[in-house]
Amino acid sequence: MSVAEQMVTDQPGEGWVTEDGRRIGGVMMEMRNITLRFGGVEAIKDISFDIRQGEIRAIIGPNGAGKSSMLNVISGFYNPQEGEVWYHGNRRPRMRPYEVARQGVARTFQNIALFEGMTVLDNVMTGRLNHMKSGIFRQALWFGRAEREEIENREKVEQIIDFLEIQSIRKTPVARLPYGLKKRVELARALAAEPSLLLLDEPMAGMNVEEKEDMSRFILDVNDEFGTTIALIEHDMGVVMDLSDRVVVMDYGRKIGDGTPEEVRSNQDVIDAYLGVAHE
Amino acid sequence: MRDISHTAGGPVETVPALLDRNAKTWPDRTAYREKEFGIWQSWTWAEAREEIRALALGLLNLGVQPGDFIAIIGTNRPHLYWAIPAAQMLGAVPVPLYSDSAAEEMAYVLDHCGARFVVAEDQEQVDKVLEVRAGLPALEHVLYLDPRGMRKYDHAHLHDFAHIQEQGRAARDELTPELERRAAALGPEDICVMLYTSGTTGKPKGVVLSHRNIVETSRNSSTFDDLGPGEEVLAYLPMAWVGDFIFSIGQAYWSGFCVNCPESAETLSTDLREIGPSYYFAPPRIFETQLTNVMIRMEDAGRFKKWLFDKFMAHARRVGGRLLDRQPVGTADRLLYRLGGWLVYGPLKDTLGLGRVRVGYTAGEAIGPEIFDFYRSLGINLKQLYGQTEASVFITQQPDGEVRSDTVGVASPGVELKIDESGEVFYRSPGVFQLYYKNPESTASTKDAEGWVATGDAGFIEEGTGHLRIIDRAKDVGKMADGRLFAPKYVENKLKFFPAILEAVVFGDGRETCAAFINIDLTAVGNWAERNNIAYSSYQELAGHPQVLETIRSHVEEVNRSVAADEMLSGCQIHRFLVLHKELDADDGEMTRTRKVRRKIVAEKYADLIAALYDGSKQVSTRTEVTYEDGRKGHISATLTLCDAAVVAQGAERVAAE
Repeated sequence: MSVAEQMVTDQPGEGWVTEDGRRIGGVMMEMRNITLRFGGVEAIKDISFDIRQGEIRAIIGPNGAGKSSMLNVISGFYNPQEGEVWYHGNRRPRMRPYEVARQGVARTFQNIALFEGMTVLDNVMTGRLNHMKSGIFRQALWFGRAEREEIENREKVEQIIDFLEIQSIRKTPVARLPYGLKKRVELARALAAEPSLLLLDEPMAGMNVEEKEDMSRFILDVNDEFGTTIALIEHDMGVVMDLSDRVVVMDYGRKIGDGTPEEVRSNQDVIDAYLGVAHE
Repeated sequence: MRDISHTAGGPVETVPALLDRNAKTWPDRTAYREKEFGIWQSWTWAEAREEIRALALGLLNLGVQPGDFIAIIGTNRPHLYWAIPAAQMLGAVPVPLYSDSAAEEMAYVLDHCGARFVVAEDQEQVDKVLEVRAGLPALEHVLYLDPRGMRKYDHAHLHDFAHIQEQGRAARDELTPELERRAAALGPEDICVMLYTSGTTGKPKGVVLSHRNIVETSRNSSTFDDLGPGEEVLAYLPMAWVGDFIFSIGQAYWSGFCVNCPESAETLSTDLREIGPSYYFAPPRIFETQLTNVMIRMEDAGRFKKWLFDKFMAHARRVGGRLLDRQPVGTADRLLYRLGGWLVYGPLKDTLGLGRVRVGYTAGEAIGPEIFDFYRSLGINLKQLYGQTEASVFITQQPDGEVRSDTVGVASPGVELKIDESGEVFYRSPGVFQLYYKNPESTASTKDAEGWVATGDAGFIEEGTGHLRIIDRAKDVGKMADGRLFAPKYVENKLKFFPAILEAVVFGDGRETCAAFINIDLTAVGNWAERNNIAYSSYQELAGHPQVLETIRSHVEEVNRSVAADEMLSGCQIHRFLVLHKELDADDGEMTRTRKVRRKIVAEKYADLIAALYDGSKQVSTRTEVTYEDGRKGHISATLTLCDAAVVAQGAERVAAE
């Protein structure tokens, strides 16, 4: 039974089943009246929305709308001046990003943040850091718990490598990889943390059609196979509408739309601000 | 060695019987290995037998009847190989399919054999089957190996492979007597496998091979090369291809050797290196690609390394082949070769994954003499064989010590050869197929009452050595307008030996002169372009680059000189040629799945280009339909330059035409 399914049974009456048979559960994370300022600039203005268990939630908007800032609030990189973040039914106190990560939130970055000189395998292994408990001494000497842990973690990592079909580059230094594959390795590292909430910052930026199709497939499969809740920022409208269950639309730091892709697509404010003139 | 061809119950004549024998004789020897999650997982013969029987019981539980056809679709995985003996012991017929076939191609075969069951590798294959399911009334159940992405599918007729095995294990007590009864009823004349030939012409034909065909052929060929338990092979060629069936099932079961399945197609070279097979088969194309890669990397190497490589490779070319054939070689040369072994040959062979190859074969197409000699000079015992699906592979093969690049060897053990008046090669052997399924006309026109089978290839037996030499496909051999012999393949092969040329198609049957289409090899030519600072944005642009055309022209002219040397074939010199704007592709129907050019289809599709080659024009514009991997279609337009090539005039020493 996946985490999503558990939540559904835990909270009867909440959630729904999508057309393609996936179960969307209760609220996992809730943003309440978030305002984020940088000096005099208000990057996010009084935004509220929620992310439900098991769904793919997209945040869209034109450049400078505050999407990445929003993601950074979720991941704990920014702490908003006003508003509250609720996670699994509890109000989240001010946290450092690593503390958020330990709560089961993992992310990828818009401008790829991998260790270029390390191999794919080693990069993905770093995603397991929060699952390793042996001390630096044992790890350095490689005995007892450190050895056992590494083997267990390597097994998990190999399953992810298999899942994302990157076996052939397992031992390749990341610097030698093309852009599209680096993106996939980043996803692998985030997955290695076995997150309950996965944040993807423009996972398809700069990709060609074929790479986008592959990445979309992987995102859907991650959601389907591991029951991972996914929040993503993406520019490609077609991709967003195909992938996501619900979409938040931002413009100039404000929320101007929230709903299913169909609802968002027919929302006049959204059309005016972002999508341009509606086609007949 | 203990005699393993008989057990207490009599001679071992079927594949399932060989499985039982192996599990009893070598229970703890490794039978299968597969790289999964970065580690080689292995199964011994005893474990493999248990898995296979569990699957067989599960299939029995699902309602498999004797005579049912069970299609197997996927890449080389131990589990898919297990489906073969599992089907056989139930009296059903395994039909491996090419995993890269499009859905419609699959539909034809599934419909033709009326498959009731399909064992598919993953979602990709299942999707293809489901897509065409409506047209397949006989199809009942589909099994899949990899459950990824399959959770939401309707599982009324769709089953997880592992689940079926579990059901089989659970019903062991109830179903074992029936399994035993069916396995005992299995005899050497029963169908072992049905393999569809890729069909260079027309629709694929289902070749029915009996257990006797496979077991006898495997025994003869294993003896020929002294194969035994302990050999390691890498199973990476399509399961639907008869060669893979003989190597990974027939010979593997007969000799009891280990079949290793790579992690994925992309990791093949790493997996090859890790396994270090002792018995290895690859089509010439793979050897060519490997050699091209080595040469490209050596171009990038430091000056000292390059010097060392050139120096020792020159020495290897001189004595390596002779050492391999145990011919006399001077002591100084021997010592130098040994030094080269430490410094160059050994590391190179390890890099290629061929360090332990005891017997290597290539077949399917002619192999370039330089390529062939390169591998042999390194001390790799690479040989050629000639075979067909209809012969259970082996027709001729080269014995150790009689290896040459221009022959395909002597008749394999148990094979008789004859050449008819038209030059076509015929054979008769224990491996000769039973029939083409549901196609008595083709069966009758291929196999005569005395069991002689027409190969469709023209060739001759060399005086003195008894080696067979193949000239061309018999139906492709034609006459020029002036009556001289036209053998396109002969010329194409010579062209393809150049690294820059991937594929060539020669035309000229019934015409005054010959002309050719050329496909450049993107790896080799792309590398050359990079080295010479030539910018290009697409395959098409590179293929049309004036310097590329000039290089190809020089290759064509060299081939012309070589063709002119053979009086019988001097009419086949190429007067004009063009470099195609796209690679010939199986998805477009221009090649078979085994990458053989479909001459007729190419000629029809590019009729405008052929016309231009013969009407003397300098350029031609064309628009070509292409099919993408997912079946969608598109068009590409191009303007191609038609090039003239110098030919050697008959009777004269060397006269340039232009």
